[in-house]
Amino acid sequence: MELAVDGISCAACIGRIEGAVKRLPGVTEARLNYTNRRLHVAWADGALRPAQILSALETQGYRGHPFVPLRAEQEEAAEARKLTRCLAVAGFAAMNIMLLSVSVWSGNVTDITPETRDFFHWASALIALPAAAYAGRPFFASAWRALKARALNMDVPISLGVILALGMSLVETANHAEHAYFDSAIMLLFFLLIGRTLDHAMRRKTRAVAGNLAALRADTAHRFVGGEVVSVPVAAVKAGDKLLVRPGERVPADGVVQTGNSEIDESLITGETARRAIASGATVYAGSMNYSGTLTLLVTAAGGAALIDEIERLLEKAASAKSRAMRLADRASRVYAPVVHVTAALTLAGWLIAGASAHDALITAIAVLIITCPCALALAIPAVQVVASGALFRANIILNAGDAIERLAEADTVVFDKTGTLTLPEPRVVNAGALDVELLQKAARLALSSRHPLAVALSREATLRAPYDGAVEEPGQGVHALIDGLEARLGSAMFCGLAPSPFVPAQAGTQSPTTGAAWVPACAGTNGDFGASSIHFSYGRQSATIAINQSLRPDAVETVQALRARGLDLMILSGDRDEAVAPVAAMLGIDVWQGGLKPAAKIARIEELKRQGRRVLMVGDGLNDAPSLAAADVSLSPISAADVTQAQADAVFLGERLKPVADAVAIARRARRLMAENLWLAALYNLVAVPVAIAGLVTPLIAALAMSGSSLLVTVNALRARGPR
Amino acid sequence: MNVIIYLLPLALGLGLIGLFAFLWALKSGQYGDVDGAALRVLSDDDLEK
Repeated sequence: MELAVDGISCAACIGRIEGAVKRLPGVTEARLNYTNRRLHVAWADGALRPAQILSALETQGYRGHPFVPLRAEQEEAAEARKLTRCLAVAGFAAMNIMLLSVSVWSGNVTDITPETRDFFHWASALIALPAAAYAGRPFFASAWRALKARALNMDVPISLGVILALGMSLVETANHAEHAYFDSAIMLLFFLLIGRTLDHAMRRKTRAVAGNLAALRADTAHRFVGGEVVSVPVAAVKAGDKLLVRPGERVPADGVVQTGNSEIDESLITGETARRAIASGATVYAGSMNYSGTLTLLVTAAGGAALIDEIERLLEKAASAKSRAMRLADRASRVYAPVVHVTAALTLAGWLIAGASAHDALITAIAVLIITCPCALALAIPAVQVVASGALFRANIILNAGDAIERLAEADTVVFDKTGTLTLPEPRVVNAGALDVELLQKAARLALSSRHPLAVALSREATLRAPYDGAVEEPGQGVHALIDGLEARLGSAMFCGLAPSPFVPAQAGTQSPTTGAAWVPACAGTNGDFGASSIHFSYGRQSATIAINQSLRPDAVETVQALRARGLDLMILSGDRDEAVAPVAAMLGIDVWQGGLKPAAKIARIEELKRQGRRVLMVGDGLNDAPSLAAADVSLSPISAADVTQAQADAVFLGERLKPVADAVAIARRARRLMAENLWLAALYNLVAVPVAIAGLVTPLIAALAMSGSSLLVTVNALRARGPR
Repeated sequence: MNVIIYLLPLALGLGLIGLFAFLWALKSGQYGDVDGAALRVLSDDDLEK
């Protein structure tokens, strides 16, 4: 069994986790992969239940989540192994052939005997042919697929060049000629494989991070079986099941509430931050956070829940309508391949007309093919992409799509979602400055004992992360404990024996009349505040009201300014109420904003912008944003985003800062400039080299120098994509 | 120059050994967890057993 393990942070974790699992009876193997945070466990059949492994991990303070690797991820892993094997073979062959070739080149100007040269050439052939047959497969297969579809891609000239160079060299070797091009062919393969392997490794890293997150999010549901409550994986929930949803848990499936009152937060689904009061008979959607009361739920749609289905349908439509922006490399190769082939053909014809023998004319034509071998061209863009995605990775941005860099560079309009994108995904204490520090610390430590979402938010303030002994949670009311002999209470005003908080206005029309079950009254729409909630704390005779709210990402203002300084137009499209969006827009100085948008309306707005000729960068996190992310030219989403959303985004950024958005645009623009530069360098190289080749003056030494020289040039230029540092 | 007749295969053979060593390492998953090994060496829990 594979488990994604949460909370690994140090070397000692490896020993602790493996030790704890190995101590279980029946476990034969436990090995933690520190790089991708996954634990592999094997046990004798029937010796233990998988749940025991999870609880063993929990006693050590880690959370394990059963992990089923996606098919796509397995296929990519196999592909990566194949590429690495090809790279190893090509590298081995290139080094050995170079050794022989350098001897021949130096021998050609000194005193090598024709017999020795032939022997060296045959030895090269012996290495080169099997190596090319093995290491060239990725290119040959891709070229073949393109040809079958009656198209040309970069791999067609590459494959043609390699095969012709090898074939010609073989013929030349058999004729005891001075020159053979085995080294050129294999070096070309080696260089290109380096680019491709790096590119692949970068994408796989992203995939692994995303896969782990998906596993961490897949939680358990509590299902009634007879009179008992049993924990089952969410995937096993079926329509018609009866579920128990406790406060602080996410609703695992769409359903109808049977008993219980509560407030739920649907911001993940609609972007709306105000909580909705629900009672029996109400419909709730998977992904909503249950705030205050315990609910029993009759599942109406599980797995591909109804609302998610709807969003996925929109998503498919948007994705298929997305104009496939042609990649720079494809555009280049579309021009490049025919030009090369025509030039080679013309060279052949020209030399024949000029009266050269068929053999000489053919050799010159093939030399043209080799010298124009798209070494520089094929490296020009991947090299920049690899360096740029490395730079993005350091800036906490993980790319999902390979061509996102180019599209990012072209964006001229940024559309932000509000909840979870401009604001932090989790609520924070907003009035920490106004409170007594020690009191706040006591409240935060006490909050560690509760699972209530507001308490969880408060507990983030705790510098000492140790809960108080003997803390008792009264469901629906709060927690209390004795701290240094004094009674401390955290929860609703009533629970703490306080008068209702002064900043909970009675006008909260969107809210439930605070029921007895809700131990934290929530208020929305307070003067310019967007959905603040308060939690009360009393300690002896001291007391405090702690306001908890969605707060802006700490650097949102600077980021917005930086983006504007780069000449980008900014706007906010949110699913949240206008009253909640307005203050955020005002704080950030964004004039163009719209609230209360349904997913379809968001798409319509984005399509409209695209029709105006704008290139739209969409930044969003909610489930409701997924279709708009697909509709936009390019999209970013924070790592806290919903699964579907993340899968749809071109890139994902980590951390709680918004700065990566500005960094992404900066890095992408620099990369785009370098790509264009590199293409010009490659073109310039061809401009010089091709006439030499047409004139029939190219020897293998010149070919090798020109090829490595130009590759080196574009690679060094690509390194500048790292940025000034 | 006759020395090349056996020096060359010898050099190739050594290269091949390197290549196969790498392929074996790749296949046995030694590149699956490149960060873990550096940290595993720090733990002493194999001493007392």
